Amino acid sequence: MSNYLYILWIPLLPLATFVLLGLFGRKYFTKTAGIIGTASLLTSTILSFVAAKQYFFVDGKVNGVYQKIIALKYTWLQFSPNVSIDMGIIVDPISVMMLIVVTSVSLMVHVFSLGYMKGEERFATYYAFLSLFTFSMLGLILSVNIFQVYMFWELVGVSSFLLIGYYFNKPSAVAASKKAFIVTRFADLGFLIGILIMGFYGGTLDIGLLIEKLTSAQSPEFLSITSASFLGASMLTWGLTLIFMGGAGKSAMFPLHIWLPDAMEGPTPVSALIHAATMVVAGVYLVARLFPIFSMDETALTIVTYVGAFSALLAAVIACTQTDIKRVLAYSTMSQIGYMMFALGISKNGGEAGLGYMASMFHLFTHAFFKSLLFLGAGSVIHMVHSNEMKDMGGLRKLMPITHASFLIACLAIAGIPPFAGFFSKEEILTAAFHENKLIYGVALFTAALTSFYMFRLYFNIFWSKDAVAKAHHSDGHDDAHDHGEGTWTMKLPLLILTACAIGVGFIPFSQFITSDGLALETHIDLVFSIAPVALSIMAILLSASFYKTQNAKSDKAVALFGGFYSAAYKKFYVDELYLFITKKIVFPLIGQPIAWADRNIVDGFMLLLANTTAKISAAIKGLQSGKVQNYALYFFGGVIALSILFIYIWK
Amino acid sequence: MNEVPLTHILFVSTALFFIGMYGLFTRRNLITMLMSIELMLNSVNINFVAFNKYLFPDKLDGLFFSLFIITIAAAEAAVAIAIIINLYRSHQSIDVDDATEMKF
Repeated sequence: MSNYLYILWIPLLPLATFVLLGLFGRKYFTKTAGIIGTASLLTSTILSFVAAKQYFFVDGKVNGVYQKIIALKYTWLQFSPNVSIDMGIIVDPISVMMLIVVTSVSLMVHVFSLGYMKGEERFATYYAFLSLFTFSMLGLILSVNIFQVYMFWELVGVSSFLLIGYYFNKPSAVAASKKAFIVTRFADLGFLIGILIMGFYGGTLDIGLLIEKLTSAQSPEFLSITSASFLGASMLTWGLTLIFMGGAGKSAMFPLHIWLPDAMEGPTPVSALIHAATMVVAGVYLVARLFPIFSMDETALTIVTYVGAFSALLAAVIACTQTDIKRVLAYSTMSQIGYMMFALGISKNGGEAGLGYMASMFHLFTHAFFKSLLFLGAGSVIHMVHSNEMKDMGGLRKLMPITHASFLIACLAIAGIPPFAGFFSKEEILTAAFHENKLIYGVALFTAALTSFYMFRLYFNIFWSKDAVAKAHHSDGHDDAHDHGEGTWTMKLPLLILTACAIGVGFIPFSQFITSDGLALETHIDLVFSIAPVALSIMAILLSASFYKTQNAKSDKAVALFGGFYSAAYKKFYVDELYLFITKKIVFPLIGQPIAWADRNIVDGFMLLLANTTAKISAAIKGLQSGKVQNYALYFFGGVIALSILFIYIWK
Repeated sequence: MNEVPLTHILFVSTALFFIGMYGLFTRRNLITMLMSIELMLNSVNINFVAFNKYLFPDKLDGLFFSLFIITIAAAEAAVAIAIIINLYRSHQSIDVDDATEMKF
């Protein structure tokens, strides 16, 4: 086994950048912060590629199986010989794959932000937060210990909170950041309980050891966790479901998805990094990381499957109705993550049946590129138009040709049109679903068509539809100083690179590298099988084109056709309202207020009683301390006489 | 010569003690209070000497004790008067009722 210790530098460099820019950025690096952040991340990215090359092509494979290598393990808090919180680095196919995804997308976002965030007052702070996020995400994917995962998991949540609330003088951004933090934090409560359950029954917190102990059906740990049950389900199911709850919170799965659309209040490059490519797939990564254990429990996997599939469908339907382009992308992200989740859910561990696992990871990989491309493209558009609303856009294809081309390619990729990246990964998922569960397959197929429809609705609304709206927009009120065209080369370069990725990454023979058991899996694209999804997608695109390519009344008619359903979807199926109802009408008055009452009246009351009694007694007896010497002498003699009587007559 | 019985002497010392105590509680002038304390100390001295004489004629412990008490009383008087002088400087009075700052 060779040395992978240099991987340590990959997360540490962004951490160093964060410390440097966080402490001194506003004073010394107001102009150069972006360059510093980008340079350090570029180093990390190069190291990641070196690591990937070494792992996948040089020495990761032993007898045809990719090994799990613990490159570094530092015992940090030891509770008992087996139970300890360690800090370490795991090198296995998915962690190396995630390294590539996180560092390269983050690098693109860093470069893009050079142009996008130029002139911001808190430019250095922005880069500090980006670095903090990158560090936490890298720490998360390299974790060897489930508690290490949890720590970085929270750090990721915090940095997401900081970045969503970057425009902290905007009330909606503040509300969104709080919402994101509270919702994911609530989900993390489940995650923590899940960790504790697994740790308690598994007797260890080390992921490798935990998997080893809980996947052999004869081990005492496995017997104890499956025989213990609570409310009719075994503790294994509970533990895994609760861990999945944490994952669902971060990955915006129904019903914990409500924070993701609001999180779009953050700067757009941040959305590209956190809420499209990296943090939101942390939940998928977590399930994949613990997949051997998940595969031991049918119930937990079923939950994962149906939550994923339902989220995919729900988000796709909502995405068709939204008018804020970033919100459309947010729902599309949620929908695609739903895909990854149910692909994991229907998978088995190892062999041919492990296709779902591999497909999920493949989709994660390709999605990261084309979705961050979409977000950066949207960022470019927003930079140009100064608005998130579709109605302010239209006819931009001539004004921003590069953005237009890259956006189109990304849309084709996410719609699953060959030969773009999304096609390959989506095919794998659909194939896996087809073999395992026909219902899920149907949902997936329908969602795929919806995906094409809403992505092209977005595309046509931005780049076609009306003519030269942007110009009109500029002529009224905006002076020419704002007319900066498509942005600097730093904004175009990432778009071009990511476009290349969105075209190219689908051709990577992914199944050779990343499978549930490390063995290469032979997959092939069945052309006959592909006809249905591709045809559906193309039909959806054509439908979308007829609706939105030019302004016409067709879409309004369609809206009228769906009537109440449309408005329900437009209102996001009232999930937010439901949450508000539950919190404001049920939780606050029925739980919060009684507890607050008890706190004010019983807990505080007891303390007040003590204090008041003491005060009253002291007021009553303070007269004894009169300050008159003769009184004291009198008490003294009185005491002496009393003691004399006591000792002489009573205690003889 | 007719021996004076012990009870007489004890009567004198008890009377002296309670006269001193009465003075200590009723007088407001610090000097008078100091004098009352001296009375009480002297009544104790009388007790010591009397008991020594009547109960243990061949020992001198009681006498020594009373000598010690006289010495201590002298020192105590010096300290007390110093305190009284300081009190007078700050309060322009040696009335004990005027020095009641040390209360609740």
